[in-house]
Amino acid sequence: MKTLRNLALWFDDRLHLTKLFEETAGHPVPKNAGSWFYVFGSATLLCLVVQIVTGICLALVYVPSGGEAYTTLWYLTLNQDLGWFLRALHNWGSNFMVCIMMLHMTQVFLWGAYKYPREMTWISGCALLVITLGLAFTGQVLRFDEDAYWGLGIGASILARTPFLGDKLVHLMLGGPIIAADTLSRFFSLHVFVLPGLILALVGFHLRLVLLKGINEYPKPGVQVRRKTYDAEYHAILEKDGVPFVPKAISKDLVAAGIVLIGIFACAAIFGPKGPTGPPTAMQIDSVPRPDAPFMWIFAVAALLPDYLEDVVILGGPVLLGIFLVALPFISNEGEKSWRRRPIAVVTVIFLYLAIGLLTRFGYTSPWSPDMNAWTSASIGKEYLEGRTPLELAGASLLQVKQCRNCHAIGGVGGHRGPDLGDVGARMTAPQLARQIIQGGGNMPAYGKNLTPSEVSALVAYMVTLHSKGVPPARDSTVPATPPPSNQQQPKEAKISVSPPRVSLR
Amino acid sequence: MSEGKPPTQPEEGDKSSRRDFLLKLGVGLNIAAGAMVGIPVVGYVFSSFIKKPELQWIDLGKVNSFPEEETKLAKYKNPLHRPWDGETADIPCWVRRLKGESFQVFAINCAHLGCPVRWFSESKLFLCPCHGGVYYQDGSRAAGPPPRGLFEYETKVEGGQLWIKGGVLPTLANNP
Repeated sequence: MKTLRNLALWFDDRLHLTKLFEETAGHPVPKNAGSWFYVFGSATLLCLVVQIVTGICLALVYVPSGGEAYTTLWYLTLNQDLGWFLRALHNWGSNFMVCIMMLHMTQVFLWGAYKYPREMTWISGCALLVITLGLAFTGQVLRFDEDAYWGLGIGASILARTPFLGDKLVHLMLGGPIIAADTLSRFFSLHVFVLPGLILALVGFHLRLVLLKGINEYPKPGVQVRRKTYDAEYHAILEKDGVPFVPKAISKDLVAAGIVLIGIFACAAIFGPKGPTGPPTAMQIDSVPRPDAPFMWIFAVAALLPDYLEDVVILGGPVLLGIFLVALPFISNEGEKSWRRRPIAVVTVIFLYLAIGLLTRFGYTSPWSPDMNAWTSASIGKEYLEGRTPLELAGASLLQVKQCRNCHAIGGVGGHRGPDLGDVGARMTAPQLARQIIQGGGNMPAYGKNLTPSEVSALVAYMVTLHSKGVPPARDSTVPATPPPSNQQQPKEAKISVSPPRVSLR
Repeated sequence: MSEGKPPTQPEEGDKSSRRDFLLKLGVGLNIAAGAMVGIPVVGYVFSSFIKKPELQWIDLGKVNSFPEEETKLAKYKNPLHRPWDGETADIPCWVRRLKGESFQVFAINCAHLGCPVRWFSESKLFLCPCHGGVYYQDGSRAAGPPPRGLFEYETKVEGGQLWIKGGVLPTLANNP
């Protein structure tokens, strides 16, 4: 026993372990910082550890070669023992890391921890966010499948919009003029060497600052931070209410860590790994590329912006956001910390969460994208065909064959790029429909050159019949209205009243 | 720089000036050596930044393999491909033969954000699956977010073969 004790003392003397402990894990923190709201930082770090361990495991099998990466992904998923699970852990670990990091950032923002004297802690945290998103994007490319291929195409197309340097930046990103093996090698180096190295260095810096400037005390509403007095006040809090982080304040972090680990494990086990989808080649032209979850909202922004704003927002947005995040601790350096007295901060967070949440949802549903297979696969309800004349039925068939359904749903079935045609007869008159089909407009292509006059007539004859029972068909407001029919079986009459449109095709 | 500065002793004037000299020499030597090592590294990483890629003529196949008045998918090998490129070396493009030897060859990449556009022969439109860009059969923009029409390759017919000039990823900054 004595020998053991001596041995321990020897190591302590040579390695200064006690001192190291006191200065790091055992450093004093305000007692009230042992809060459930303060667990997200350590939980993010835990995710990083999961990513490093699983990432090293994946690198044991994965071959970062343009010709072989895709095959090794399938090998990992299907043949390598537990390969699918390691892939799933790495994928879900990444999702958890981004989410928990966002929660950590939100908490730090709402609890005013970015204010004096922790400005650099906040800024280094923002840099960590950027690197983490960089890791998420480069990781998505290493899953070298069709989504990765087109994801690179989208990334390059965004970079190409940079004024003056666009072309050069694209070549720098792709490692050449075109997406090829060098592109993958480049992203492999970034994902496996450069970004992990940077993130570890920055995490070290971030934690060092946490030790230097202390954990933010749980803010009390009404207590103001003042540059002149804060250091002394914080010191007094530590004197009066300070406890060593280990073992007195770590319990909730430990519980949270356990929950996060179980969460990653459960998601990996239940939902499995993501992809790989089709092979990484441009020949995969029936691809419907979608980015990974952290970038889905940006994908949605790119669809919803008017084109004159697109370059400005896509390129300027991140720069402005970066400037704002770095400037934040200097804009509001002092004053109230508690979110209970900072309504604008609370509203900002709610707005951002709603915006990103809704955009992400839109990204997954992509109502702006044509449904590429609707013209062959979308069914048409009985009520939209029953009782039609042969000419109208010919129109219905044209609507299908001419691929109108890729953009237009009927009764909710089909693409959602354009308006649902299920009730178009109640909204537009025959001449209006003919004009719209022939000339297009309002984001619809013109079909005048692709349809014969008789095809247009058939289409219009069918479309004016599309309105719900009891809803009268649209009528020309310059023509006096006919008195409404007394019985409710009016649609049939209405159909008869619409003469086959006389469309002049110039 | 470091906390433990070497004690300068004013009485040993010549010794201190030798230390100063050595320090300056050391710093200078390292700047020079750093540049010697650093410049090639930067040049290596950024070589694609400096070098202007040259487009090359690529054979797309016999003219008669493309029916008149039709638009067909064709494929070519990236002219700069290497053995380890795998499937990424295969690049598709849409070939539209008008009449005789008049061709239009479009890049597969949407002018908006580069997704693969698909040809729909019945409606004679190219549709993009990402953000709903639409183009007419002649490549001009029909609807959606693209800021311009489809990217078009330079073409020529020589020896009964159709040739296009390609070799870069078509984007708004650089297109064939």
